Amino acid sequence: MVSLRPQPLPKQPKQPKQTERQPAGGVAATNAGRSAWLAVCVALLAVACVLSIVIGTRNIAPGTVWNAFAHFTNTDDQVLVRELRVPRTALGLLVGAALGIAGALLQAVTRNPLADTQILGVNAGAGLFVVFAIGVLGLTGIWSYVWFAFLGSAVAMVLVYALGSAGSRGATPIQLTLAGVALGAVMEGVSAGIRLLKPRAFDYLRFWDVGTLAGRPLSIAGAVAPFVAAGLVLALAVARSLNAIALGDDLARSLGTNIARARALSMIAVTLLVGAATAAVGPIGFVGLMVPHAVRWVVGPDQRWIFAYTMVCAPVLLLAADVAGRVVIRPAELQAGIATAFVGAPVLIWLIRRRTVSGQ
Amino acid sequence: MGSGPVGSGLAGSGLDFGRRVVVVRGASVSLRFGVRTAVVCGVLGLAALAVGVLALGTGEFEVPVGEVVRTLLGGEPGPARLVIVEWRLPRVLLSLLIGMALGLSGAVFQSLMRNPLGSPDVIGFNTGAYTGVLVTMMFVGRDYYQTAAGALAGGLLAAAVVYLLAYRKGVQGFRLIIVGIAVSAILGAANQWFVIKVNLQTAVAAAIWGQGSLNTLTWDQFLPVAVSVALPTALLVALGPRLSLLAMGDDAAAALGVRTERSRLAYLVIGVALTAVATAAAGPISFVALAVPQLARLLTRTAGIAMAPSAVTGALLLATSDWLAQRAFAPTQLPVGIVTVSLGGVYFAWLLAGHARSR
Repeated sequence: MVSLRPQPLPKQPKQPKQTERQPAGGVAATNAGRSAWLAVCVALLAVACVLSIVIGTRNIAPGTVWNAFAHFTNTDDQVLVRELRVPRTALGLLVGAALGIAGALLQAVTRNPLADTQILGVNAGAGLFVVFAIGVLGLTGIWSYVWFAFLGSAVAMVLVYALGSAGSRGATPIQLTLAGVALGAVMEGVSAGIRLLKPRAFDYLRFWDVGTLAGRPLSIAGAVAPFVAAGLVLALAVARSLNAIALGDDLARSLGTNIARARALSMIAVTLLVGAATAAVGPIGFVGLMVPHAVRWVVGPDQRWIFAYTMVCAPVLLLAADVAGRVVIRPAELQAGIATAFVGAPVLIWLIRRRTVSGQ
Repeated sequence: MGSGPVGSGLAGSGLDFGRRVVVVRGASVSLRFGVRTAVVCGVLGLAALAVGVLALGTGEFEVPVGEVVRTLLGGEPGPARLVIVEWRLPRVLLSLLIGMALGLSGAVFQSLMRNPLGSPDVIGFNTGAYTGVLVTMMFVGRDYYQTAAGALAGGLLAAAVVYLLAYRKGVQGFRLIIVGIAVSAILGAANQWFVIKVNLQTAVAAAIWGQGSLNTLTWDQFLPVAVSVALPTALLVALGPRLSLLAMGDDAAAALGVRTERSRLAYLVIGVALTAVATAAAGPISFVALAVPQLARLLTRTAGIAMAPSAVTGALLLATSDWLAQRAFAPTQLPVGIVTVSLGGVYFAWLLAGHARSR
């Protein structure tokens, strides 16, 4: 006789636990965790800023820093804070954020983890125009570097984008990358040629080539700040589209993303950010390459979180490197462009070695 | 080796691969190659020979083409023979050889990394070589052999450090790239530090070496370079198609019977050896390794990176660049690296634009 009572359902396989479904990122796998860690990073940034103002060839008491703005009495230390340390720190903040976000944008747009301003020819463009200004026009002052470097980055980026997006399918990642490589090489070659023919330009340029935060007046930070701000706003605006583009062009298009517009806006943002940063401090390469990588391993593939973390962590790296550069070979200084690699590269190697192999 | 059936696609299977393919079967070896690839290789090879003959005949002492060929085929001793065979021939041959080595090493690295930006630079070789040269110039001397030894030591050391730091239960491609970037960044920073600390003369000398130049090459360097290019190349041929299997991904390659870790190490050694020869002989002519595999791919329209076309393209590019470097601003001799990046870059850009239009 068949029982009419409902049979107990066969046992469902156990739902995987919440933790098992989280990405391998670990520490910051939930939005709450990501926010908490972001707060930690902001605190680190604050510490880096304070250290950058206080530590140097001549250490300064925190009270003096306060007095330099609250009760300015024109002592040496107060002038030092107002004229040297604060501009340098402000520049570090601006340039760090700009370079970091530019690197994140380029890596997202080209879908290539090796993409950075060096390889996409932007630095070569800036370098070529500065070489031209010094070697051919005979200009020297710091302001002539600034605007020629900016112009050079912009021209390079426009050329790379024009060549990279030629053809009916627009700017594909591979074509953009190769266009950057090709044009960057040409500009690099021409500027190397001019340098070797003009020893005076060579002498100036070996110092310009090493990016440094030192010796720039506050007015330079002020001059490039609007460009950096515009670039950052553009970058945040395209972050969602870049998330879709990461899935591949076809999928992104079917999700309703305007790929061409997102790429064009990203490249405009990169031009503004890199142009401003290179103009202000010279070519500093490693920040934009490293920080987005390290950040991606922690927060996962969402560009909005990557941008938020990069914007905070890149200045931390740059300021920390700058401070370390002032300390290690006192009383001389190691330029920020050099110190960044020494501080950042070991961290990058440590991170990649302890990361569990996945995905890429 | 007997010549086997010829047809489109795999012999007799009737599959259309979208390109014409020739299969040659022998007793123990069989070869399969695309018709377009073979034609492109042939044309580029002839062009490289033509450039070589042209370079032999032009200069301060002009020799007509016919006489160049006659001298090469064994003419009587005389001033023409001295200039062509003793002075110009070693440089032309070395430019072909070094170009071939650079093209091959670029192809090996790009296949291995599965990345069009992969190059010997990625594993830190060139940056390390530059560090070695700067250190040698500061503390030892600026002699050709001292510089070459410094470059070799620095480059090999950097490559070994990158490999060891990236090794953790095997070397995974992505980790190798990241560690390479990090080590290169440190060495690059050290190089910049040296360049601003040394006097201007040393800095300029290092910069000229850093652009790569064939100006000092004679018959003395020919045999060592030829042997050390031939050995890795022979090994590359002997390893057969493993590289293109590795380029499909580790899992696929392992499933098809490739021992991935061991093969990867072998290919890394081959790639580094080829770069090392070129760098020691002529300095870091980095753009060739980066661009040539992609140039060859655009010309042959193969799906992946191909070895033979890369080798021939590299030889042609370097021989042409070296001829221009000597003649363009004569009597000023430019470093060949400057011409290579300018010429190669412009051609690359033009090819990309054309490629985009035709799609």
